[in-house]
Amino acid sequence: MNRSVSLNTLPEGSRARVTSLLSTGSMRRRLQDIGLIEGTNVQCLQKSPSGDPIAYLIRGAVIALRSEDSRNILVEGNYN
Amino acid sequence: MGLTAGSTGANAIDSGLVIKKEQENDRVIALAGNPNVGKSTVFNELTGLNQHTGNWPGKTVTNAQGSYQYHGNGYILVDLPGTYSLTAHSTEEEVARDFICFGGADAAVIVCDATCLERNLNLVLQTIEITSRAVVCVNLLDEAERKNIRVDFQQLEKNLGVPVIGASARSRRGLEELQEKIEEVCKSKEPPKAILPRYTRPIEEALELLTPYLEQRLAEEKIPFHPRWVALRLLDNEPGLMATLQENLSFSLADDLELQKLLEQARQCLAEADIPEDRLKDILVSCIILHAEYVSSDSVYYKKTDYNATDRKIDKILTSRWTGIPVMLLLLAVIFWLTITGANYPSQLLSSGFAWLEGKLTEFFIWANAPGWLHGALVLGVYRVLTWVISVMLPPMAIFFPLFTLLEDLGYLPRVAFNLDKHFKKSNACGKQALTMCMGFGCNAAGITGCRIIDSPRERLIAIITNNFVPCNGRFAPPQLLKQNSKTAPLQFDDLPSLP
Repeated sequence: MNRSVSLNTLPEGSRARVTSLLSTGSMRRRLQDIGLIEGTNVQCLQKSPSGDPIAYLIRGAVIALRSEDSRNILVEGNYN
Repeated sequence: MGLTAGSTGANAIDSGLVIKKEQENDRVIALAGNPNVGKSTVFNELTGLNQHTGNWPGKTVTNAQGSYQYHGNGYILVDLPGTYSLTAHSTEEEVARDFICFGGADAAVIVCDATCLERNLNLVLQTIEITSRAVVCVNLLDEAERKNIRVDFQQLEKNLGVPVIGASARSRRGLEELQEKIEEVCKSKEPPKAILPRYTRPIEEALELLTPYLEQRLAEEKIPFHPRWVALRLLDNEPGLMATLQENLSFSLADDLELQKLLEQARQCLAEADIPEDRLKDILVSCIILHAEYVSSDSVYYKKTDYNATDRKIDKILTSRWTGIPVMLLLLAVIFWLTITGANYPSQLLSSGFAWLEGKLTEFFIWANAPGWLHGALVLGVYRVLTWVISVMLPPMAIFFPLFTLLEDLGYLPRVAFNLDKHFKKSNACGKQALTMCMGFGCNAAGITGCRIIDSPRERLIAIITNNFVPCNGRFAPPQLLKQNSKTAPLQFDDLPSLP
């Protein structure tokens, strides 16, 4: 049983599944609208040269998230 | 986008949302879609030059309306701002939602990106919940073909219950069909039978309590809203929308005791199923997202599982730790070099051409026996300065802007924002400011209008104010001018004719 970790700790290339969203308000709604709901599969694609933001593959779209936002997304099942 | 005479000055006074119909029986079509799906291309291809832009009343969001004729009927297209959802957490979303819900359009067209259909379906499903007189236009088919993605339009139409057409607006494919479907949807007596997303059982039960009564009430008052949609919004209870909804109803929601009683029962039903109000919002969104996933997986086929492989490899070069920033600096350097040196030859050509013309003008003035001061004012003054500005500034701009647009079309600019965001964040600005600053190199005014891509108001303000510190093409001119005028002597003061 994998523990939940923050999305921003996922290494490049790995995949995981969303377990919960800790963000609130419009950011929460924004993330849900682009498809980040519980159970969604996410893949970490590419870190920016400075380490932040990080590009993820979410339901077929490449979306860049800043660490301040992705640290509030909990995922599990860090696998390749 | 752009400031037209009609959208500034006295014409910018809020006059409410006015749809300028050319004839009474013109049909109004709302054009919605995610950002960057080619909505504006569809809009431009259908309306041509018959359009005008301005602002939505009271908001700094661009509004564009255009018209076209089809089979003798007039249609007004209203280009809504690009949004991912109708949940109104930004002004753009609020504008789009308010127009679709309350704008009184005859039909809605939702433009989607064929290469990213699942994400686009979120907006489609939210829209058809409001109005089933909708047409889905799956655009960017040429992109999809390049990536070997196939969309089964019939299946999609079956799953959504509204007409679906495929298009590649850039090459004018599918637009005829789109106009045909729009006409069908507007003309038909019965709206298409849209297949709406279903929610979890407790929510459906709560809706069951409200919809029959609402159906009856809305029919009595002849209000064309879907009872199911009104019921959902009552349960969702978002204050802004509630206020606007109430404005558009001829009866008071709060005073309708029967309704309030049913609403209380519905909320009770949800509470028993352990669904407090914030959890309700989560479930409502999740159900739509999952329904979008189902619809998309049933109608989109990928011939290669790794269809984005080339894009990802390119991204590795453009945004990776070691090559990201160097490539960016190199590209920008190349653009500037091309702009500055490439502009030299045309500048000189223009400059000598205008000088020759000035000679001819002077001859004409002499032949016409014009007074010296007139020649001085018009030729040495107006004409000469105008031609200097044109010959110095036009060539660089004619090179810079197309190159910049090329970068934009290649999709490189978001990578720039991605690379630089962290650095900009240190100054509390946004990575997207890098793009507006690049535009500012061409023209500060263009850079500032471009700042609308920045969401946060504070970051946007910072981008607008600091854009001024980026030297625009006009400010490249003085060094150019000094170098240039070894050939054409600048205005000497003894050239000026003495006053009579």
